[in-house]
Amino acid sequence: MTSARKAGAEKGAAVRLEQVSFSYGETSFVFDVEFAASKITAIMGPSGSGKSTLLNLVAGFETPRSGRVLIGGADVGAEPPSARPVSMVFQENNLFAHLSVERNVGLGRSPSLRLTAADHAAVAEALKRVGLAGKEQRLPRELSGGERQRVALARVLVRDRPVLLLDEPFASLGPALRDDMLDLVAGVHVERGMTVLFVTHQPEDARRIGQNMAFLDNGTVAATGVAADFFDRSGPEAFRRYLGAGPFGDGSRDVARKRT
Amino acid sequence: MPVRSTDPRVTAGVIALAVIALLIGGAFAGLVVEGARDPSGAASAFDPYLLRVVRFTLWQALLSTLLSVVPALFVARALSRHPRFFGRGFILQLFTVPLALPAIVAALGILALYGRAGYFAGILSQVSGQSWPGIYGLSGILVAHVFFNLPLSVRLFLEALGTVPADQWRLASQLGMGARPAFRLIEWPVLRAALPGVAGLVFMLCITSFTIVLTLGGGPAATTLEVAIYQALRFDFDPARAVTLTLLQIGLTFVVVLALMRLGANTVGDANLPVAPRRYLSAGAAETSLNALLIIAALLFVAGPMAATVASGLGADLGRLAGESAVRQATLTSAVLALLAALLSVALSLSLIMARRALALSRGIGARTLLEHATDTGAGFVLVVPPIVIGAGWFLLLRTVSDVFAIAPVMVVAVNAVMAMPFAIRAVRPAYDAASERHERLCAQLGISGWNRLRLVDWPSLRRPLATGFAFAMALSLGDLGVIALFGSDSVQTLPYLLLARMGSYRTADAAGLALLLGFVCLALVLAADWLGRGERT
Repeated sequence: MTSARKAGAEKGAAVRLEQVSFSYGETSFVFDVEFAASKITAIMGPSGSGKSTLLNLVAGFETPRSGRVLIGGADVGAEPPSARPVSMVFQENNLFAHLSVERNVGLGRSPSLRLTAADHAAVAEALKRVGLAGKEQRLPRELSGGERQRVALARVLVRDRPVLLLDEPFASLGPALRDDMLDLVAGVHVERGMTVLFVTHQPEDARRIGQNMAFLDNGTVAATGVAADFFDRSGPEAFRRYLGAGPFGDGSRDVARKRT
Repeated sequence: MPVRSTDPRVTAGVIALAVIALLIGGAFAGLVVEGARDPSGAASAFDPYLLRVVRFTLWQALLSTLLSVVPALFVARALSRHPRFFGRGFILQLFTVPLALPAIVAALGILALYGRAGYFAGILSQVSGQSWPGIYGLSGILVAHVFFNLPLSVRLFLEALGTVPADQWRLASQLGMGARPAFRLIEWPVLRAALPGVAGLVFMLCITSFTIVLTLGGGPAATTLEVAIYQALRFDFDPARAVTLTLLQIGLTFVVVLALMRLGANTVGDANLPVAPRRYLSAGAAETSLNALLIIAALLFVAGPMAATVASGLGADLGRLAGESAVRQATLTSAVLALLAALLSVALSLSLIMARRALALSRGIGARTLLEHATDTGAGFVLVVPPIVIGAGWFLLLRTVSDVFAIAPVMVVAVNAVMAMPFAIRAVRPAYDAASERHERLCAQLGISGWNRLRLVDWPSLRRPLATGFAFAMALSLGDLGVIALFGSDSVQTLPYLLLARMGSYRTADAAGLALLLGFVCLALVLAADWLGRGERT
């Protein structure tokens, strides 16, 4: 395990992007932003504004053209994704379809699946925490969409990294189920205190668990601040335009299932 | 996604490319060394006979293509017009059999049917009013090539017709289009689009056809370049002449492949059965009977040699054959060599597939590097350089330094492995790319790479496609009479080689028995490959 992980296993680590530029074909992005340690930051913005790209840069799935990515003060630019103090949950494909729930979670402890007794105990504990006790031997296809994302969260628990990146992981779930999952994330956050960056298209999601907000537009971070202020009348102009009219804007029209 | 340059997948791909390059490079070295030793001999090989061979090679390929592709257009259309009738599935399944059948088995089946002493000899003698001379020479070659390529073309055309959207058919039926305008306005455009590719593929297969011409071609009048190479090496022992012939063959195939790539041809030929979409046009009585006639004729033409193979095979003294030590030895040799060739083929293919994917991922959307191109099309080289050519090159290279017949097993395994690669790649690549699409980020995140990745992630999701590729490669290798014809000897004999020897010594019943055995095993393998591949898709 890496030094970064030891440094921040208990608490979250601040995530900082310093003039990070990246381009994909015609589209280019420049991010210069800091996400506070141990907070849940909701990241919102129109499609194509760079939300997923930002998470991918932090996770190490994309390499910036210039600039630095710092986690807990350490430059992680040279580290491969698996060495960064980061866990990420995607919208789909979080599990290996041919492996049981238990083995999928176990991979968070050992990429060769050579698990010690302590690892097995941690896996069982994590599955219990996310409400999947008794389903250890199921295959992903025998689970509902919500349960599959719970497995992914269980793996986040056994990995125990100081930063958690959520890339619209609940976008394809129904409203009630989504609220349950958000509460689970919030609960886990209270226990572990990791830094959570949470991409979502749903203002309700951001309001439910978001402490801070970041609003992306045109490939850059247009505004940041405390979540409550964002949804206030004094919130950033661009953000209010994005939400449109309605209670807190009826922004949910833009969206729901973006392919990632 | 960034992929470190030390990605083991890229390394594996580079090794696989090196193996292919060594195989082809060695062959070229043999040609160059031999040509340099005796340049005047190579030059003097340009004689009227050589020109006749080249002309015949092209002529028979052209005729074979015409006779396969044109009827196939109409048979495919007939099959697509009638998506549901009793036995349709069986016919399509039967049309995949020639792909599995070793050429020498088919040749024997055709002789058993139309040969001088074949089942039809009596009728044909009466019809022609003279004693039936048998089907050697150009006619035999054409019948065999059509036997192989008509069903292939039918399947490819059916696939093309399957791409017509159902809405177009709905529209056609609403507008009241009859058979003729529907053909002209709906079917012909897609068939015409597929035509150059299909014709090109068939032409390519016929130009490099070796076994058919060797067994059915009669004497110097009906010899192609590949067979002439074989004769120059095995009978006349005229290496200088072999060099000239080989270079000509390479030049010829190179030009054809280049033309094919221009046409966007599919150079591998798919083993998949097309599904029948619903049709909204009903065919009239006249058209229905015409279509039925076409389908039955094609069916009889394709099924005939297969039935003859079975019938004459069962007529052989199978018990005695099974007890013969030469047969047992050849069976064992064939099994071992085919197994090794299939293993090597699948390993090389997987290496190229993995490297290609890893390079594509690391590139993002930039331009492809030369290496990535090589991993993409590397296996295609074997199309430009047919097995006989590779065999001939190595034969020339090694004959001065060692006993060429002693390295027969190595040559057979290596060449057959590379020869089967395009098919293995086709079976595995879509599955690998799809699995990678799902797993790539997850593996990077969890640090699953190298051996762990192969064991935990790739193997479980690729088991079935790999088995498909393996079975297919093994069938191809088992039935191949290319390299072994050059390198075979009394000490190293495979089943096809033994079969050829028995044919040569007029022990026809023995040959028929062996053909039945060989055909049966290859068919079983390809059916298994098909079944494995299908399971994966559902």
